[in-house]
Amino acid sequence: MGLVARHLEAAGIPTLCMTSALDITNAVRPPRAAFLDYPLGHTTGKPGEPELQRMIMLEALDAFTSLSSPGTVKILPFRWSEDESWKDRVFAEGDDRLPRHDTPQYQSEEDRRLAEQSGAPPCPVCVPQK
Amino acid sequence: MPTNKVQFPPLATVEYIPRIRDNYARLGYTPYKWVVNEDPPPWAPLGKPLSKCRLGLAASGGIYMAGQVAFHYKDDTSIREIPADADSSALRATHFAYDLSVARTDPNVVFPMDTLRRLVREGIVGSLASRFQSFMGGIYSTRRVMTELAPQLLQRLREEEVDAVLLVPV
Repeated sequence: MGLVARHLEAAGIPTLCMTSALDITNAVRPPRAAFLDYPLGHTTGKPGEPELQRMIMLEALDAFTSLSSPGTVKILPFRWSEDESWKDRVFAEGDDRLPRHDTPQYQSEEDRRLAEQSGAPPCPVCVPQK
Repeated sequence: MPTNKVQFPPLATVEYIPRIRDNYARLGYTPYKWVVNEDPPPWAPLGKPLSKCRLGLAASGGIYMAGQVAFHYKDDTSIREIPADADSSALRATHFAYDLSVARTDPNVVFPMDTLRRLVREGIVGSLASRFQSFMGGIYSTRRVMTELAPQLLQRLREEEVDAVLLVPV
């Protein structure tokens, strides 16, 4: 996402990149970033906690005006839990990625049916393949 | 800022680059070539307060809407547009590289549309783009990100005439 951020910003659109992976963000260096020290898959908060999600977003959006030096990361003032043990478990059990299928991967069969009913081509807005 | 809500700085952040490198080595994959930018990033200052801005959202958590074609998992550089007034219960999540159970419970953790709409009602954000942009991260080819995805996103955000954009990766 950092690459996309740099592309958009270079074209004149101010960007703010949320991140859960500080080392990756520091390598790619997007113009502005806000780091939330939560496990992957929780980039903007915890599920079912709209008040927390709101506070996180307020702190993040503040970076649009409070950061003035390109490549700065704002550390957001939230912690996942009292202890940090979740960090030890990241990838501890190896790779649990799904196979990289090249056909649409629906959340449910109902979704597949709905999409196919709509008569949409298999990839309606794909950029033409090179 | 920063507030006294929690102790700072964080104790130690997860180092993803070495962990992912080790993981790939274990699986016998070719090492992923991480992008490292030594040059300073470009800079476009926000020209007005956020309360006057039209904000866009682009997120890479693999969110699509019921009725749309889902993403595939092999360098899918396509984009799904989500109407900004869509019901978040119609959002779906698909991705090969993170635990989807949370986003499927509450898509706002990777696609914060309810949160942003609330901040507009509260007057903190001026307004939102009429369509949000959603795609799949985990595109291995940097070239394809830069030649296919990024220009397409830029074009759509320009059409939407946003003043700024929030980017939410996973």
